[in-house]
Amino acid sequence: MAATRVASQSVAGADAYVPPETERKLSLAFIGVGFAHLLVGVLLGFLQGLEHAGIDLYAYVPLIRHYYQGLAIHGVFNVLVFTTYFIGGFLLFAVGRGLQRPLITAGWGWATFWLMTVGLLLVDYTLFTNQASVLFTSYPPLQAHPLYYVGLALIVVGTWLMTVISVRTTLAWRRENPGQRTPLITFGALVTLIMWTAASVGIAVEFVGFLIPWSLGWLPGTDPLLMRTLFWMSGHPIVYFWLLPAYVTWYFMLPKQVGGKLFSEPLARLAFLLFIPLSLPVGFHHQYLDPGVSEGYKAIHAFLTFAVFMPSVITAFTVLASLEIGGRARGGRGLLGWVTALPWRDPSVAAQLLGMVLFSLGGVSGLINASFNVNLVVHNTMFVPGHFHLTVGSAVALSFMGVSYWLVPYLSGRKLFSEGMARFQPWLWFVGMLIMSRGMSWMGMLGAPRRTQLGAAPYFLPEWEMPAWMTAIGGVMLTISGLLFFINLFATLWASKKVEERGEVPLAEPVNGQLGVVPGWLDRFTPWVTATVVLVLIAYGPTLYRLFSEMSLTFPGLRPY
Amino acid sequence: MHIDRYERMWITLAGVMLVIFAIALGFSSAVLGVRLPGIDDQLLPVAAAGEHDIAEGWVRELAPGRYEVNMRARVWNFNPSEIRIPAGSTVTFYIHSEDILHGFKIQDTTVSLMIIPGQTAKATYTFDRPGEYLFVCHEYCGAGHHFMSGRVIVEEL
Repeated sequence: MAATRVASQSVAGADAYVPPETERKLSLAFIGVGFAHLLVGVLLGFLQGLEHAGIDLYAYVPLIRHYYQGLAIHGVFNVLVFTTYFIGGFLLFAVGRGLQRPLITAGWGWATFWLMTVGLLLVDYTLFTNQASVLFTSYPPLQAHPLYYVGLALIVVGTWLMTVISVRTTLAWRRENPGQRTPLITFGALVTLIMWTAASVGIAVEFVGFLIPWSLGWLPGTDPLLMRTLFWMSGHPIVYFWLLPAYVTWYFMLPKQVGGKLFSEPLARLAFLLFIPLSLPVGFHHQYLDPGVSEGYKAIHAFLTFAVFMPSVITAFTVLASLEIGGRARGGRGLLGWVTALPWRDPSVAAQLLGMVLFSLGGVSGLINASFNVNLVVHNTMFVPGHFHLTVGSAVALSFMGVSYWLVPYLSGRKLFSEGMARFQPWLWFVGMLIMSRGMSWMGMLGAPRRTQLGAAPYFLPEWEMPAWMTAIGGVMLTISGLLFFINLFATLWASKKVEERGEVPLAEPVNGQLGVVPGWLDRFTPWVTATVVLVLIAYGPTLYRLFSEMSLTFPGLRPY
Repeated sequence: MHIDRYERMWITLAGVMLVIFAIALGFSSAVLGVRLPGIDDQLLPVAAAGEHDIAEGWVRELAPGRYEVNMRARVWNFNPSEIRIPAGSTVTFYIHSEDILHGFKIQDTTVSLMIIPGQTAKATYTFDRPGEYLFVCHEYCGAGHHFMSGRVIVEEL
């Protein structure tokens, strides 16, 4: 087994490496477009929360005809556009900065950006004209305008190009630096992109092979169950595509920001690598209630979903231990004194730590959703948005905001517009989210369906009143917090003054000495990708074979929105 | 590879916890009979109470206290949307959609189904407690989704 010595992430003197200007601008462009879309998504979320409490403001909003059009934009902008764009900006930066060499090539990076942005304009156009109110899942026979599917497909192709750029740059670096281990932030970025590229096959087949030709009238109809199955092959792993960049900062950057060190490099690498095979074969936990998928395979996916919980269990320990090293170095004493000793006044740190706290609740509610027949109680109820606002809406969103608090000033060479606003903002998000997600989960356990204009539903039950108000109040707080963030972000870019000294990129070093060596299999991808293929064949093979051989493209499209 | 003693304990503990959860789920499914839908029928079934029809919903009594429901879901209603049965009845629902995806959830029961065009969604439940049970569509199906609901009225014997 090949083993290399633990090498610190920052070679002496190389800390000063700053990616070239075109790469910095590329990352800023991705991050800017992403957050601009999140702003729209957050404002629509504000309307949704109030609607549940019986305050319908849709009549006063331009372009948005009804609740479901707003909901479609809210979902697509927040979890497809914002996440993918921020991830593009952040990970391409992480690859180049980690390897301390220019990307191959930044020109490709810009081509990727523009390809995705052409796709994005199609998505924006079809959504705002109410021609694509099919929501994030776009389940056929519900049909959208063909350009909507084309736009989303272009965005996915963009993510593949990011993988190509990152892998090629890393291979070039390996030739230049034989025998060295991939630097940690680059390693994390590669795992994220490789996992997603493998996972996106399902949605690519669904969109390019079926939905686009069907919406153009080239296919006679669609097979709803097969499409749903293909969707969830990608639709669950995509949540790890959102989450892993947050893990990149939690493991490899945040410890440095709090004055700590990475507690265990081998386990950090193992946790990342486990996500490659385990993210994929779990999609049936979204289809527990589907007729036409066997109970046995649903049970297999339930077990594998429990398995993908394990790398997050490792993360909880390793990241907290890394933070504890920092808290103790800063003078924290006793069982929990290190927690209060952490630099909570640093907005980037506070945002990420608060994201972690909410994520622990989100992890537990996710386990409930995934628990086979327990899902009968919560499936498609408000419990589900109660869950994922704690994961993608907290762990991911707060971490990306936290990273932006240092990364945007670093990339733009400008001072953060308002430190005070930044200090307050994550706390408001945290409290607002606690209230809103509690309201949603509670309402869901009382049976309220999700993705429903509940304020107008004739069956609205009196016991939903209280949690609906919690959802609305939490939503208002989140909106204010979001606005504070956006004002700060865009004022930094356009109105803040240039600084001479660019800040440092926080790169955590592993604890040395006690660890010894990192085995070579923790720096290679091929075995993990092979394992992925095998697991997917076992978990999905028979069902997909059956669904494809029984496929009947009979159902025509419908646009009831 | 070195793993810290406490971290090893933490990982083991979490693993054991998940195994216990899995056993509990297996028990509830195999012994208590809280089942998920499986592969039933892609065509309209010919069940105990007769031929199923996608155009017309019906409720038929198979035997005292045993009912079968042939339900049709489409934008934006269920047919039948009101089902009357005496308390203690066991009802088997067969639900079909002729247009797009719908959902079916009966409040305060374990009945929850996805209704997928081309598949037959099936669930069985015994209504012991008298009262009105609301059922709603819980999958987005267009601008009138929130109107799609109905009631099972369980009458006292």
